[in-house]
Amino acid sequence: MDTVIDAHNISKVYNPDTIPVHAVNNVHLHVERGEFTALVGPSGSGKTTLLNILGGLDHPTSGNVVINGTDITHLGSNKLIDFRLHNIGFVFQSFNLIPVLTARENVEFIMLLQNVPKKERDQRVVALLNEVGLSDKMDVRPAQLSGGQQQRVAVARALASKPQFILADEPTANLDSASAFNLLDIMAKLNREENMTFIFSTHDQRVIERARRVITLVDGSIASDTAQTKTD
Amino acid sequence: MLFKLAWRNLWRNRSRTLITMASVFFAVLLAIFTMSLQKGVWDNLTKNVVSFYSGYVQIHLNGYWNEQILDNSFAFTDSLNQAILQQPHITAATPRLESFALASGGQITKGSMVAGIDPEKEHIVTALKNKLTRGSFLQLNDQTVLLAEGLAKKLQLDVHDTVVLLGQGYHGSTAAGKYSIKGLVKFASPEINETMVYLPLPEAQNLYSAPNMLTSVVISLDNPQNLNAVVGNLKKALGSRYEIMPWQEMMPEIEQLIKTKEGSAQIILAVLYLLVSFGIFGTLLMMTAERRYEFGMLMAIGMKRRRLAGVVFIESMLVTITGCMAAVLAGIPLVNYLHQHPIRFTGQMAKVYEDFGFEPVLPAMFSMEVILTQTAIVSFIALLLALYPLLHVYRLNETEAMKR
Ligand SMILES: Nc1ncnc2c1ncn2[C@@H]1O[C@H](COP(=O)(O)OP(=O)(O)OP(=O)(O)O)[C@@H](O)[C@H]1O
Ligand SMILES: [Mg+2]
Repeated sequence: MDTVIDAHNISKVYNPDTIPVHAVNNVHLHVERGEFTALVGPSGSGKTTLLNILGGLDHPTSGNVVINGTDITHLGSNKLIDFRLHNIGFVFQSFNLIPVLTARENVEFIMLLQNVPKKERDQRVVALLNEVGLSDKMDVRPAQLSGGQQQRVAVARALASKPQFILADEPTANLDSASAFNLLDIMAKLNREENMTFIFSTHDQRVIERARRVITLVDGSIASDTAQTKTD
Repeated sequence: MLFKLAWRNLWRNRSRTLITMASVFFAVLLAIFTMSLQKGVWDNLTKNVVSFYSGYVQIHLNGYWNEQILDNSFAFTDSLNQAILQQPHITAATPRLESFALASGGQITKGSMVAGIDPEKEHIVTALKNKLTRGSFLQLNDQTVLLAEGLAKKLQLDVHDTVVLLGQGYHGSTAAGKYSIKGLVKFASPEINETMVYLPLPEAQNLYSAPNMLTSVVISLDNPQNLNAVVGNLKKALGSRYEIMPWQEMMPEIEQLIKTKEGSAQIILAVLYLLVSFGIFGTLLMMTAERRYEFGMLMAIGMKRRRLAGVVFIESMLVTITGCMAAVLAGIPLVNYLHQHPIRFTGQMAKVYEDFGFEPVLPAMFSMEVILTQTAIVSFIALLLALYPLLHVYRLNETEAMKR
């Protein structure tokens, strides 16, 4: 098997000097390539904090995070930015896109940051937007797209950088259920066909049902970690 | 792409961008206008003041200014005259023999300043003919005098009366002469108006037993901006036997006055710069606050701080450069117009000007140097302010920025 994330005994304490908040407590986590994993738990249980640490957006107070063989725990801010660019795809809850760029340009943008040659960029943008079902909306700006369409562009952008895995923090929270299912369908298809690893947090029971592995956080600790057979 | 991104970001909040551009535009335009007018008015004042009597530059025998006696005079040769007139930017040079004398009109005697002049050349440099109020102007070979009005009044003399001059001539001789008054001239400066007596140069040299001698050569220029160059050239050409004095050295009090007035104009400009700075800074603050989440998101997906800062900097520069260029394009015709059609004023102030024999106008100076300096100052300020969003980007924590 091919390990993409190896998190060892990570904890995160906010405000250690005033009123300490133990957001994540002694979490051990392995993620293999090709997983389709949901992170669930009540509000304030530490889902966002854990995803930020796994994505190199935040430093753990203690413990180590190794991504695809690289220990990112002690990387400096600028090194982390570069590491994220080449290794991790992100889909946020909302406002993922650059408002002044079209769907095509938003997807192209990340490859531009990676200095991908123009020809390859152009081909990939078309292919990716096709895959997320937006070939007819390529030259439209985010404001003219629905929330679900915007999230699909965000998935296409996350995929464009050829990351090790994609982190999505409540990607469906702002979507109606039809759009949410549509987004999940696309993520599941990419997972199946391209073996892309997805880790997403959610509150939505119907979204949880689509995952093959469900990790439940309670008060910053892993309360359960179960495999489930797909129901779709 | 970074440029494209910056460009589109500008039009994202169109009115804010336009307001910022407009404030840069008006700041530069106002600064150009104020400074051009300021410099033009003082140039004009200087021109008026030096045309009273002193001229822009005078040439004396070295040491004359400290000890103004006839023994410090020099021979006026053709070669000296040529050497002076050969210099660029000099439009005319007029010779003078100046000395003190007692002027007497029978009962009353007053100290006076006698100037032996070449009437036609003198007119070119100090517009003497225009100051004539009674009688007629001198000819070079006359043996008559022009009296300043104030002096004539004190001596109770008028045109065609006779004035007696008594003084000390060259090398200790006695100078005494009796002259018919050919005309009266009026000076706005009371000091000059109560002391001047003009004689034709040959007659003055005769009176003071100083044939072919001068105390000074007075010079006029094509453009006061060339003053320093002309002084430098003359010093080189004439050597240390002569002293070359610009008007500032002869009338330091006037230069002082202009300097203090220029200082106050600069304070006004500083206030203007400050106001504009606050305006621009305000929009930059709003912009960075509004786009905090977006900056965080861009860094989260992998955009380096340097690139993000580059985009924001290009945005600021586009606004500044557009505003400045528009201001220069508008400023050139504006200043040029005010240079060719000076603002004319009326009322009390105009009367004061006219009493001094000046035209009541406020001409603007048309100088690319003034225009570009003011543009450079405002651009520089805008550049400094544009560092703020850069600092913001460099200090931004992407995770914090994306929290709401
Ligand atoms: N910057 C911070 N400073 C202090 N406390 C924080 C900070 N960020 C999060 N917390 C706290 O850490 C705990 C975990 O927060 P986190 O956002 O990870 O929860 P979550 O599971 O994502 O919740 P939700 O489902 O509401 O998004 C919460 O108690 C929260 O108040
Ligand atoms: Mg959360």
